[in-house]
Amino acid sequence: MVRLFTDELNVGYSDRLIVKDLSVHIPDKKITAIIGSNGCGKSTLLKAMTRIISHQTGSIILDGENITKENTKVLAKKMAILPQSPESTSGLTVGELVSFGRFPYQSSFGRLTKKDYEVIDWALEVTRTKEFKFRPVDALSGGQRQRVWIAMALAQETDIIFLDEPTTYLDMAHQLEVLELLQKLNREQERTIVMVLHDLNQAARFADYIVALKEGEIVKAGNCEDVINHHVLRTVFQIDTEIGRDPRTNKPMCVTYNLLKGDS
Amino acid sequence: MTKEKHFSGNFSLKLMAGILVFVGMFVVAMVFGAANTTVKDVWLALTSHTTNEQITIIRELRFPREVGAIFVGSALAVSGAIMQGMTRNPLAEPGILGLSAGANAALAITIALIPSANYLTIMVACFMGAAVGAIIVFGIGSMKKGGFSPLRLVLAGTAVSTFLYAVSEGIGLYFKISKDVSMWTAGGLIGTTWSQLQIIVPFIVAGILFSLYLSRQLTILSLNEEVAVGLGQNTSRIKVILFIITIMLTGASVALVGNMAFIGLMVPHVVRAIVGTDYRYILPMSAIIGAVFMLLADTLGRTINIPYETPVAAIVAMMGLPFFLIIVHKGGKVLS
Repeated sequence: MVRLFTDELNVGYSDRLIVKDLSVHIPDKKITAIIGSNGCGKSTLLKAMTRIISHQTGSIILDGENITKENTKVLAKKMAILPQSPESTSGLTVGELVSFGRFPYQSSFGRLTKKDYEVIDWALEVTRTKEFKFRPVDALSGGQRQRVWIAMALAQETDIIFLDEPTTYLDMAHQLEVLELLQKLNREQERTIVMVLHDLNQAARFADYIVALKEGEIVKAGNCEDVINHHVLRTVFQIDTEIGRDPRTNKPMCVTYNLLKGDS
Repeated sequence: MTKEKHFSGNFSLKLMAGILVFVGMFVVAMVFGAANTTVKDVWLALTSHTTNEQITIIRELRFPREVGAIFVGSALAVSGAIMQGMTRNPLAEPGILGLSAGANAALAITIALIPSANYLTIMVACFMGAAVGAIIVFGIGSMKKGGFSPLRLVLAGTAVSTFLYAVSEGIGLYFKISKDVSMWTAGGLIGTTWSQLQIIVPFIVAGILFSLYLSRQLTILSLNEEVAVGLGQNTSRIKVILFIITIMLTGASVALVGNMAFIGLMVPHVVRAIVGTDYRYILPMSAIIGAVFMLLADTLGRTINIPYETPVAAIVAMMGLPFFLIIVHKGGKVLS
């Protein structure tokens, strides 16, 4: 029994549907990657599942409850969201930003409790951002900043964490750093991670479950062997791929690819 | 630990300093004016029942006027801070986004149609006018995707404000009440009475207190809308409430002093440089600095060219314009 799934979900703007009749189960305590070409609806699906945008028909069920009927503050204790490249934080310090992760647990005038401070410190510790605690977030590098935002999501103490392209704008080392942190959180603390990823090989390497979308519909959902193969990638990305094996992880990887020629 | 900016730690100190400056400025505002008065007169006026000419001037003219300055300054500054946080737009303020102009137009219409309107009616009309002005500006902004960019919103605000001011002028001319209307809109704090304050101050106090109650929500909203939703904020509800607060604060201010641009823009930026970006600190500090600023502007207005009054709106604008240009020059980035 999975905690989170969508049932015939339709999401769109006015008359144009971006996500169509989409039913997907998010495996518990696993890393799920959503892949697909630009405009396929992967970010839209993520935003709908996290109630940032509303959906037309269908449902999103978390713990047996339709999330549109659930109190948003209650949901914030179950799922955390890291939006794509959050805006400038104009001077907030790392500690202050991470402390906002405690928002769902506070009353309007509530001050941070001892427990809150412990959780904040723990989140800083895990993401190795403690040394920046009193520095403005804007003064950090891209990779450090991303870790700080992850720390804020962690301070929310949710079982599920959603991330929209967490590696965009980062260089290769920092991309890996962020993904390894997420993997560690998944393995050591059994958090369910759902993320939109651009890079196929990163998806293959880090995800337990991959959802491949095209034009708002699922082409294939399954483990990386099921999804990262010549046939599926041909449909999803309109590319002709050569799939090999990562010599270190033994996961499938796209070694090289060409655009499809002629009819497709 | 090295020199670390940890704003929350010494916020109470900064708040105390702000209050001291405020008290000092209040005394200065009470002592200086067209009539020659001393600190002793002020003291007697506020603490005793003694009367002489000086004391009466202070008690009946200057005191209500400066109390008005305090509340209007606070209201406009807090209103501007809320708007900047809500729209994540450093140029947002009631004067620029059409609220002041809308309230002005409503004021002119009310004076024209209901000459016997009492103060409360006028204030309620100002609330409605401010709401209409803001709704038109945001409506134009939202007609196009990405319309809420700082520049677009400012352009829409300027256009709508100009139109609404023209409406006020037109009504003034047509109904031959230009003089009455401009008495309100350009008169500033001249002739502020206790009975006016009795009606307006409760709204301003309620608005500011309510905004303080929501200040943490505003900080989170000011980060990023998606983050706010993710943290469990009911963003649409919070935005509606904050919008109502800004309308109350701006409408009440316009009802008292007429059009007063730039305070709502300037003060929150100055305050951010002092207390950082958390609205739990920005809002109370804006209330204090807004009051100080308005007291200063009004005192200057009364004393620069004795015995004539220099319109306080002109003084505020003169102080505000360079500031506006600095913000534009910095590419619309928040000063900090």
